[in-house]
Amino acid sequence: MVPLSNYLALSGILFGCGVIGFLIKRNIITIFMSIELMLNGVNLSFVAFAAQWHALRGQIFVFFVMVVAAAEATVGLAIIIAVYRTRETLNVDRVNLLKL
Amino acid sequence: MNVGTFILVSAIKTVIALLVLLTAVAYTVWLERKVVGHIQNRWGPTRVGPFGLLQPLADGVKFMFKEDLVPPHVYKPLYIAAPIIAVVCALTSISVIPIGNWVTVGGLRTPLQITDLNIGLLIILGITSMGVYGVALAGWSSNSKYSLLGGLRASAQMVSYEISLGLSLIGVLILAGSFSLREIVDAQAGSFWGFIPKWNIFYGGQIVAFFIYLTSAYAETNRIPFDLPEAETELVAGYHTEYSAMKFAMFFMAEYANMITVSCVATLLFLGGWHGPLFGAAVLQEILPVFWFLLKVFVFLFIYIWVRGTLPRFRYDQLMAFGWKFLLPLAIANLVLTGLIVALRS
Amino acid sequence: MQPVATTFFFYFLAALTLAGGVLVITRKNPVHSALALIIALLAQAGLYLMLYAPFVAGVQIILYAGGIMVLFLFVIMLVNLERSQREEQFNKQWLLGIIAATALGALFITIFVRGRAIFPVHIAAVAEESNTQEIGLMLYGNYMFTFEIASLLLLVAIIGAVVMAKKRI
Repeated sequence: MVPLSNYLALSGILFGCGVIGFLIKRNIITIFMSIELMLNGVNLSFVAFAAQWHALRGQIFVFFVMVVAAAEATVGLAIIIAVYRTRETLNVDRVNLLKL
Repeated sequence: MNVGTFILVSAIKTVIALLVLLTAVAYTVWLERKVVGHIQNRWGPTRVGPFGLLQPLADGVKFMFKEDLVPPHVYKPLYIAAPIIAVVCALTSISVIPIGNWVTVGGLRTPLQITDLNIGLLIILGITSMGVYGVALAGWSSNSKYSLLGGLRASAQMVSYEISLGLSLIGVLILAGSFSLREIVDAQAGSFWGFIPKWNIFYGGQIVAFFIYLTSAYAETNRIPFDLPEAETELVAGYHTEYSAMKFAMFFMAEYANMITVSCVATLLFLGGWHGPLFGAAVLQEILPVFWFLLKVFVFLFIYIWVRGTLPRFRYDQLMAFGWKFLLPLAIANLVLTGLIVALRS
Repeated sequence: MQPVATTFFFYFLAALTLAGGVLVITRKNPVHSALALIIALLAQAGLYLMLYAPFVAGVQIILYAGGIMVLFLFVIMLVNLERSQREEQFNKQWLLGIIAATALGALFITIFVRGRAIFPVHIAAVAEESNTQEIGLMLYGNYMFTFEIASLLLLVAIIGAVVMAKKRI
C-alpha cells in the first residue's frame, strides 16, 4: 500500500509548481493554468485525507473546489478575451493602464 | 478468479470487442452509403462483391496504401497525435458497454462486457468529453483557416451539447439508482400490465429525455443536422481538411465508432438493453438477448442514416440557440419532473 | 479481487502528474502548457481511483479535463497565438520564484519525512460501491446550504462571463 505521506508530498510538489508558475510566468493564460495546478494539488490532498480517515467530507470539499475552479476559469477566460480585444496582448506586464 | 485468468479473459474479450466494433464501423459506412443512395434515388456501392458488400474492404486497402501526406505548414506532433486521440477515445468507450447477460464458457462465468464498472456511465461521458481534444487539436495544428474554424466550431458545439446530453441521462439515473450500465438495464426488466415492456422510454416522462439525448447525441457526434464542424459548403471539410489517407480514415472511424457507442448507450438506458421476448430452446435463450440488443442498436444506426438523408443543416447561431435556449431548459424541467415522480412514488 | 501493483501504479501516475505539472510552467507555447495540464489532470483522476474515490475521478475527467481545459484551449485558439508567443514569456521574478520553491520544497520534505511517523501506513479500503450514493446523500443533506451557495456562485460566473466577453449586450 502507498502511505499517505507520498500523496501529500505529490500534492505539495504540484502546489509548488503552481506557485512557481504563477510567479515567473507572464502569459496570462499560463498564469491561470498555474492556478488550476495549485487547486488540483489541494484537491489531491483532500482526497488522500478522505481515504485515510474514511471521511467522505474530504471528497465533498473537492466538489466545491471544482465549482470554484470552474467559476474562476469562466470569468477569468472572459476577462482574458476582453483584455485581448482592447489591449491586443496577453502579457500581464503590459496591461498596466491603471498604474501610475 | 485469480489475476492471471482475469488478465487472459479480459484480453480475449478486448480483442473480440475490438474486432466486432471495427467490423461494425466498416459496415455502418457501407450501410450509410447504401441507404443514403436509395434515399437519393441512386444505387450506392454495387461493384465490389454482391451488393457492394466488399466495399469496406476495398476502402480499407485504399486508405492504407494511399500516400500519407503531411502538409509542410502543420505543427507536426499534434497533427499526428490528433487523429490518434480521436480514434482511441472513440474505441475505448465500448469497454464498459454490456451487450448481454452473463455467460458460462468452459466453467468460467463472465459477463458479456469487458469490464463492469460501478461508474460505467460516468466513464463513457468522460471519454466522450476527451474526444473533443482530437477534433480541437486537429483544427489547431493544421494551421489552416478552414481547419481552425472547424475545430473551434466543433469544440464549442460539443461542450455545449454535452451539458444537455448529461442532464438528459440523469432522469434515468434517478429511476435506476445506479451509474452501472448493467444495473440500469436490470432495472428495466419486466413489464407494465403484462404487455408494455418496462423500458425507461415508456416510464415517467423519460420519452422527453430520450429525444433530448438523441438530439444532443447527434450534435456530439457531429452528424447532420449538426455537422457544422465539417460543413463542406463553407469550410471545405472542417477540422480534417488537411488530413489524408490513414489519418483521415482515423477521424472517419472515430465518427462511426462514436455513432455506435451513442446508439449502444441509448439502447441500454432507454430501450431496455438486451431485454426482449425469450422463447425456444436453451441455446436460443442464451443468444436472443444479444440479438435483441444488436437489433435495437441497428435501429438507432438506421435512424442516424435516415436523418442524414432527410434533414438540412442548421445555421451556427440556430444550433447554439437550440442547444442553450431549448434543449437545456427542457432537460432541466424533465429532471425536476422525474425527481418529483420518484419522490411521490416512494 | 484485491488491488494489484498499487505501488507501481502510484509511482507511474505520480510521475505523469509531476511531468505534466513541470511542463505546464516550463513550456513557452500555451497550447503545450494546456496539453501538459490535461495529462496531469488525467493522471490525477487515476490517483483518485486509487484512493477509492471513483465518483471524484469521473467528475475530474468530465469537468476538469473535459470542460475547463476545453475552455482554455478554446480561448488559446481564439486569441492570436503567434503574436503573443513573440512576447516575453517569463518575467524577472526568478529570485522570488526560487525562494518560494525552496521554502515550499523544504516544507514538503519535512512533511514527507515526519509524515511517515505520524500517519499509519495502511490505507483501509473504503466502500467503493456506494461511493456515489453516499456523496449524493451528504451533498443534499448536510451540505445543502453550501451546495446552494455554490450554485449561486456558478450563476454569477455565467452572467459575469457573458457580460465580460460579449461586445455589445
